[in-house]
Amino acid sequence: MTAPVEMEQSQTSPVGEEVGAEDRPWQTVVWNDPVNLMSYVTYVFQKVFGYSRDRATKLMLDVHHEGKAIVSSGSKEKVEGDVSRLHAAGLWATMEHTS
Amino acid sequence: MRPWKRRGDAVTAEIDQQEAAVLRGLVSQIEDMLRARVEETPQDELAELTGIRTGPSTSPDDPILSRLLPDFHRLDDDNPSKEDLDSAAALRSLHEPALLDRKTGVAATVLSTCPPGGGEVRLTLEEADAWLSALNDVRLALGTAIEVSEDMPEELPEDDPRSPHLSVYHWLTWVQETLVQALGAD
Repeated sequence: MTAPVEMEQSQTSPVGEEVGAEDRPWQTVVWNDPVNLMSYVTYVFQKVFGYSRDRATKLMLDVHHEGKAIVSSGSKEKVEGDVSRLHAAGLWATMEHTS
Repeated sequence: MRPWKRRGDAVTAEIDQQEAAVLRGLVSQIEDMLRARVEETPQDELAELTGIRTGPSTSPDDPILSRLLPDFHRLDDDNPSKEDLDSAAALRSLHEPALLDRKTGVAATVLSTCPPGGGEVRLTLEEADAWLSALNDVRLALGTAIEVSEDMPEELPEDDPRSPHLSVYHWLTWVQETLVQALGAD
């Protein structure tokens, strides 16, 4: 279920992950909780990040089954904004420095 | 209540009087809790001068408020690092005022669009998103209060004091679920 956008990105950055990690030192983590509805969490991921329904659903299922999922990454300011918006929606989100 | 329907940019539902009273009562309680948190925040002359507001740096003691206003880092390990503690305090102080504004704002939207005597609820898409957030806040609060877990049964024994609250919780779940479905159907 890879989105066309992601395929394009991986083609244009051959060194992929290393460059990505330096550019995106922070990541947004969403944790599973017993209240939030699966449909609502998917809706929030689509709304906040503009993700496709497939990608949002996959992330929601990761949260549900694994207990957490990394839903976005980037500069400290970007991730702070993402976490803030997820808190406004009522999701249990935190941020971590990738090390 | 009948399920939400979306026609173009309008989302509608019918709510009966008792349901409206329950929903408005719960949303008002959350709004009161959030406003009390706002008022706890010490007034700061510098903030008034600069217009840059800062909130408290520590998580609320109350478990419901603490769930509605989460920390920016996981601090529930046995031994969170000083770096994480300091950073979480700074981030809370910086972002909590805006989060409180958002949450009291969505509560106010529900109170201004849900007819106290019941009847048609008619929402714009923006108001419908506010309802989703407010419904979620109420479910988080109620879920925290009655300690909802993944393996919570559909019904609790009648002598369990949480039993009537669980029915309300399930009703709110249905209201939120059907609203997500209505909004997703475009």
